[in-house]
Amino acid sequence: MQMSTPAAATVPISAVRIKPKASRDDWHMRAFMLVIGLYLLVALAFPLYAMLSKSFQNHDGDFIGLANYLEYFGTPALTYSINNSIFVAVITTGITVTLAFVLAYALTRSCMPLKGFFKSVAMVPILVPSLLPGIALVYLFGRQGMIPELLFGHDIYGPIGIVIAEVFFTLPHAMIIIITALSIADSRLYESAIALRASKPRIFFTVTLPGARYGLISAAFVVFTLTITDFGAPKVIGGDFNVLATDIYKQVIGQQNFEMGAVVSVVLLIPAAVAFFVDRVVQKKQVALLSARAVPLQPNPNRRFDSIMLGYACLVSLFILGMLAVCQYAALVKFYPYDLSLGLKNYQFDLMDGGGWESYFNSIRMATYTALFGTIVVFVGAYMVEKGRGFRLGRGFFQLLAMMPMAVPGLVLGLAYIFFFNAPNNPLNFIYGTMAILVISTITHFYTVSHLTAVTALKQMDAEFEAVSSSLKQPFYKVFSRVTVPVCLPAIFDIGIYLFVNAMTTVSAVVFLYGPDTTLASVAVLNMDDAGDIAPAAAMGMMIFYTAAGVRILHYIVSAYIERRTQKWRMR
Amino acid sequence: MENTKTRKPASPRLPTESPFLRITDLTKMFGAFTALHEISLEIYDGEFVCFLGPSGCGKTTLLRAIAGLDIQTSGTVEQGGKDVSALPPSERDFGIVFQSYALFPNMTVRKNIAYGLENRKTARSEIKSRVSELLELVGLPEQADKYPAQLSGGQQQRVALARALATSPGLLLLDEPLSALDAKVRAYLRHEIRALQERLGVTTIMVTHDQEEALTMADRIVVMNDGFIEQIGSPMEIYREPATSFVADFIGTMNFVPGVVESAESVKVGKIILQCDLDESLDSGEVTVAIRPEDIEVQEASRGANQGNNVVEVSVEEVEFLGSFVRADFASDSIGNVRLRADLSINLVRRLDIVEGSTISVALPRERIRVYAKNG
Ligand SMILES: Nc1ncnc2c1ncn2[C@@H]1O[C@H](COP(=O)(O)OP(=O)(O)OP(=O)(O)O)[C@@H](O)[C@H]1O
Ligand SMILES: [Mg+2]
Repeated sequence: MQMSTPAAATVPISAVRIKPKASRDDWHMRAFMLVIGLYLLVALAFPLYAMLSKSFQNHDGDFIGLANYLEYFGTPALTYSINNSIFVAVITTGITVTLAFVLAYALTRSCMPLKGFFKSVAMVPILVPSLLPGIALVYLFGRQGMIPELLFGHDIYGPIGIVIAEVFFTLPHAMIIIITALSIADSRLYESAIALRASKPRIFFTVTLPGARYGLISAAFVVFTLTITDFGAPKVIGGDFNVLATDIYKQVIGQQNFEMGAVVSVVLLIPAAVAFFVDRVVQKKQVALLSARAVPLQPNPNRRFDSIMLGYACLVSLFILGMLAVCQYAALVKFYPYDLSLGLKNYQFDLMDGGGWESYFNSIRMATYTALFGTIVVFVGAYMVEKGRGFRLGRGFFQLLAMMPMAVPGLVLGLAYIFFFNAPNNPLNFIYGTMAILVISTITHFYTVSHLTAVTALKQMDAEFEAVSSSLKQPFYKVFSRVTVPVCLPAIFDIGIYLFVNAMTTVSAVVFLYGPDTTLASVAVLNMDDAGDIAPAAAMGMMIFYTAAGVRILHYIVSAYIERRTQKWRMR
Repeated sequence: MENTKTRKPASPRLPTESPFLRITDLTKMFGAFTALHEISLEIYDGEFVCFLGPSGCGKTTLLRAIAGLDIQTSGTVEQGGKDVSALPPSERDFGIVFQSYALFPNMTVRKNIAYGLENRKTARSEIKSRVSELLELVGLPEQADKYPAQLSGGQQQRVALARALATSPGLLLLDEPLSALDAKVRAYLRHEIRALQERLGVTTIMVTHDQEEALTMADRIVVMNDGFIEQIGSPMEIYREPATSFVADFIGTMNFVPGVVESAESVKVGKIILQCDLDESLDSGEVTVAIRPEDIEVQEASRGANQGNNVVEVSVEEVEFLGSFVRADFASDSIGNVRLRADLSINLVRRLDIVEGSTISVALPRERIRVYAKNG
């Protein structure tokens, strides 16, 4: 009988450490990890570093310490924007979260009809650039608008306009988060509350609200970040009301003061980053709640409550669709407000500034490349992080890098790209002003959400697929292409569509980066609006909407088809 | 534990025969935590070996080290006379079945099984016939075109087995292959897997924390605890002669009574002295005396056997009817403040009219008593 007697728990010091031999598979995998890690370094870390260092330099590139910052904080005209930004973001957060909560409540806790319709309508703002609600507001409440009386003499250009536009723009994001939080409620809690004869308001305040608290907090931080970093709405409807995002734009485009642009960027980075990290912590808690999932709540019909909720949902839908309808109307009217007959005159983009129809097709090209390459980069990257062997430290670092873009405002990223890629000594200088830099910046800008979608899908895969495959002496790319990709196909499509839609609508990151041959539709909206061609801007904005909506519908059809084809093996 | 039938090892082994798998001083650390402490182990060709132990003792870690999936910190693994210690899984020769089965959900049973046969310059027709052969082997010829989600747990398990065996590996590794199944299917598959293994003669290591599974299936059992091997032996050896009190306690039921070494051949328990075989290492001091419930013999006056030898007067404290036998708890002033549990046949209980409160004599046969160092 062989036995190793339980001796003291010591590691044999004399023993030789085994140095695992890397297989060919391991080498391939390491090469992939290296390439993708390098991508994130070049596309994110280096540019941000370049921007940071620029904020400590003078115009000639000499290090001048905190001089730029001192100048910034010594200029009240500039620092006042900090207050403005925070003011607008806080007000928007309060309004949006309240509106979104009631809407989410109606969608999850009432028995009102047409829930699917109302939810889809509430998602519409995701499909338009944030410039568009601003344009709608100009037509509604502007000096020659349709119903300026409703503002009782207040000016739509300024905080009021910005807040309304931002509420429109952020509503879907908040709604999704709160719906998730509300649908994990445990019906047993409600049953016991009812058994204790708690009144309805009491149940609402003691059970419903606390149950959704993480969702509410998370939604609040997301809305705050989106608003404070948004550039489109304040640009169109802000008037003389300066915020940080517009300041960056003005410093860079207006005054060519790149160093000050960098300083403002750093200032804007701080609240965005703080909000982001608080949100991550809160989301982790919410996930913990989710996994301890209990009996889901089934709403009971209640005539009065359901009709109130229905009325509310109609109002919200009216708000959203109304804004779009105004834009579409403005786009079709020949010469508002003098000639109200309809026509396609405003669609002759080639006659205006902003790049004409070419910019629309450029946008589609850019969005297609972004979706295609972005999905590949993101999914392969997430796969390496999740399923890779070895490189522990590197993979952890990659994960950190992948989370960063969420905290970086688009304008900041765009400016960082100018500093990094336009540096004459950068060998990658040649991509400056090309389609490639637009695609790279957009992929990077929207990396985090895509990465998290991919990681979530990959985590649901059996952890041993790779082990089984290598025990059968098959290379990892075989299990990747034959199993991982087919099983994750729905998530892969989600990532692609997310990237496509955002590439169509984004303004902030690309506004510094487009060149004469690579004008984009969303930037054209901005430039036409700037030049006073508001109607064509609205027309172009609506083109973006129809394109994004069309792609979404296509995605819906394709997903349904895939689901039907694969349900045989997806069923559990 | 009646089902510990001895099994003839798959192939007769001479001590000189070189082992198929030799593990030497294998240590695995996760950071500062040592999951395996200098494990040494030899496994012979055609053997069915079970790693048995409580949750977290390192069974899976050892299996994964053997597979090369999580290579050990130090120590060597030799397979078929070749040092494979540092090799990645793809350069070793084994098939593996995980607890989750890890069947590819988007492939049919046939494709799953064929997965390892592709890219090997094997002709399509050859792959096809091999897959059919394997389906036949695991008894699933009709399920070939179904997807894993359409199969029962037991069927999925057998597909995973067929996939692992497809490439005819020299070593089959099974990590708790039956634990996700319900009791009935489990009992059936135990038998199936063992029969299959014997038919193919493939050296097999199975990880389990179910002692019954290990006792019924294995040629040899490796009992593990806290990253150490407690004992290696046939099911009968493990059950009859547990080398440590951990093994004695972990496998089956055991009475433990504290005692003190009296002489080279006896131990004092309470007020009495028990004759027993002592290990030389236990020359003095406090010990733990162990005896299985079924080894306690009730003395019948008419037969008069064993008189005077390790016989104790006990009172019957509790009698519990358990179907085919009776479990009785005894107490005695002479052995101190512990109860002895005994398994008695129904006949005997009826014949002697053993009821709660009666006083009887029991013998603790010398050759059935095991003595362990106090905290050993
Ligand atoms: N990757 C890891 N990192 C850190 N510790 C680990 C890791 N894998 C295992 N361990 C630890 O090593 C010990 C042995 O784990 P192992 O999985 O081998 O146990 P096991 O005997 O297979 O248990 P079970 O019956 O629960 O499967 C445990 O304490 C476990 O927590
Ligand atoms: Mg285990």
